[in-house]
Amino acid sequence: MDITEYIKLVFTDYTLRTITLGTAILGAVTGMLGSFAVLRKQSLLGDAISHAALPGIAIAFLITGAKDSNTLLIGALISGLIGTFWIRGIVSKTHLKSDTALGLILSLFFGFGMLLLTFIQKQPNANQAGLDKYLFGQAATLVESDVWTMAIVTGICLLVMLLFWKEFKILLFDADYTKTLGFNTKTIDVLITSFIVLAIVLGLQTVGVVLMSAMLLAPAAAARQWTNSLSVMVFLAALFGAFSGVFGTAISASQNNLSTGPVIVLVAGVFVLISFIFSPSRGLLFRQIRFVKNRRDLELHKTLAFMYNIAETHENVSHPHAIKILNNFQGYTKGTLQKLVEKDYVKLTGNMWSLTAKGFNAASNLYNQQNETDE
Amino acid sequence: MSKIAVKVDDLTVAYNYKPVLWDIDLEIPEGVLMAIVGPNGAGKSTLIKSILGILKPIAGSVSIYGKPYDKQRQKVAYVPQKGSVDWDFPTTALDVVMMGTYGSLGWIKRPGQKEKKAALEALEKVGMLSFKSRQISQLSGGQQQRIFLARALVQNAAIYFMDEPFQGVDASTEIAIINILKALRKAGKTVIVVHHDLQTVPEYFDWVTFLNVKKIATGPVKDIFNDDNLTKTYGINYKVSIQE
Repeated sequence: MDITEYIKLVFTDYTLRTITLGTAILGAVTGMLGSFAVLRKQSLLGDAISHAALPGIAIAFLITGAKDSNTLLIGALISGLIGTFWIRGIVSKTHLKSDTALGLILSLFFGFGMLLLTFIQKQPNANQAGLDKYLFGQAATLVESDVWTMAIVTGICLLVMLLFWKEFKILLFDADYTKTLGFNTKTIDVLITSFIVLAIVLGLQTVGVVLMSAMLLAPAAAARQWTNSLSVMVFLAALFGAFSGVFGTAISASQNNLSTGPVIVLVAGVFVLISFIFSPSRGLLFRQIRFVKNRRDLELHKTLAFMYNIAETHENVSHPHAIKILNNFQGYTKGTLQKLVEKDYVKLTGNMWSLTAKGFNAASNLYNQQNETDE
Repeated sequence: MSKIAVKVDDLTVAYNYKPVLWDIDLEIPEGVLMAIVGPNGAGKSTLIKSILGILKPIAGSVSIYGKPYDKQRQKVAYVPQKGSVDWDFPTTALDVVMMGTYGSLGWIKRPGQKEKKAALEALEKVGMLSFKSRQISQLSGGQQQRIFLARALVQNAAIYFMDEPFQGVDASTEIAIINILKALRKAGKTVIVVHHDLQTVPEYFDWVTFLNVKKIATGPVKDIFNDDNLTKTYGINYKVSIQE
């Protein structure tokens, strides 16, 4: 199936439409909340939460014996929340730093979850097959009711974010100060964290425990490159996330046997890569271009200043001098001399150069400016 | 004697087992410009943070104009250490100053024209109006400090707590800041500053508290800023030449 065929199918095929819609919504909500996680420097929290959700899925299955996705996700939600609040507890009650707490909870919960999964697989219950899809996710299992759940949660999340925008923003920037203004920072914190947990749990079925944190971080990291405004960043992250979902699904559906979750994550990774390189203000490419340009300008100025110093000693500023003299000056190249000629600052006759009146003026202004900024 | 703006009783704070502040009693009269001085680890920042409820003390109480601090938050503004936040946060100078209005707005309500006007006025007072749309990471250290000061000014409080506002700023910013602090005192406000540079204490402040886990002394600079108290606070035989 090629891409054009796929696009036709999205509008006609029910299953494909459901999956595309689901991954788009998922990408949007995780991108949005991921911005908060990234700005709070809690990037790894998402990874810990998603891994911590695994035992919840297994236990929910053991109790109910059914593979209903909503039941399993409630199990995931509960164990994800327990994991999160244990992390917070460890950080506030012990001397351990948050990276240690995150690593500890992540591996303990994941280990326990894997143990339960293997235990379930040994059981005679025929229903148990396919529970391990939660490790890497399987978008194909998305049904309409799953998409509705995602849409409703995303809607609530959006509403809460709009209502408490001011509170979220100030807490992210300066938590101590927020406290002195009389806000209960714990309430805001719990609100943000709970929504992050909720978004992660929603994505487990599609992207899986192992890769879920990328959905949270990649769109946010990409969005940060393009803007210096929090609202634009959150919006862009949602957009990048949604597009990752749509493109990822399209690629995996048009190429046989590519599993959707990893493809979505890779597409999000491409967004990050492009953003890191091509962002106008923070991107590597433009920064390098600016760097080179600045250095060239400085070389030019230095050469001009050197000529000015020599010319100053003569009554006639356009007194010709040998090009050889310039060799004493480090940073001089034929290129810079050529540029000065193009700018009509310098005249070349044979192997002699002379400053023009214009060049002399420019150089003396350069000097004055330099002296002013020095003061 | 004028009214007491801030009263601290038996305040004790500890991280783990080691007390950082021990049994502090402190009365700060209204309208003073007070420096809190003491060596590193003396608990200067901790004192401010516990008064403001950022840190939870083991014992003790704080009252602002005779009432518990919780009921008087609107009267108090805080300027944290510049280094306590991430300046790469995606926001502008004006936005940060606007945050000073959030407390009086309360939950959910968004800042409007009135708040924006107040923020612009505060930016003007600290000489940063032309930087209002600047991304905060592109501000110099001194400019960042002025933004923090403007954010506190917007709160229009009666009492200002500042944690090392002169740290890492150049001479011209230091003068600009101290002029604002003196203007605040002139307007009848109480200003409490964690300060490091002992040389400038007599010139800048009229009130001083010596702190080293315990309170060593507190009172007018002209009466108590002497070698005796400095030695008691800093432990070594401290000889600072005070201009007579």
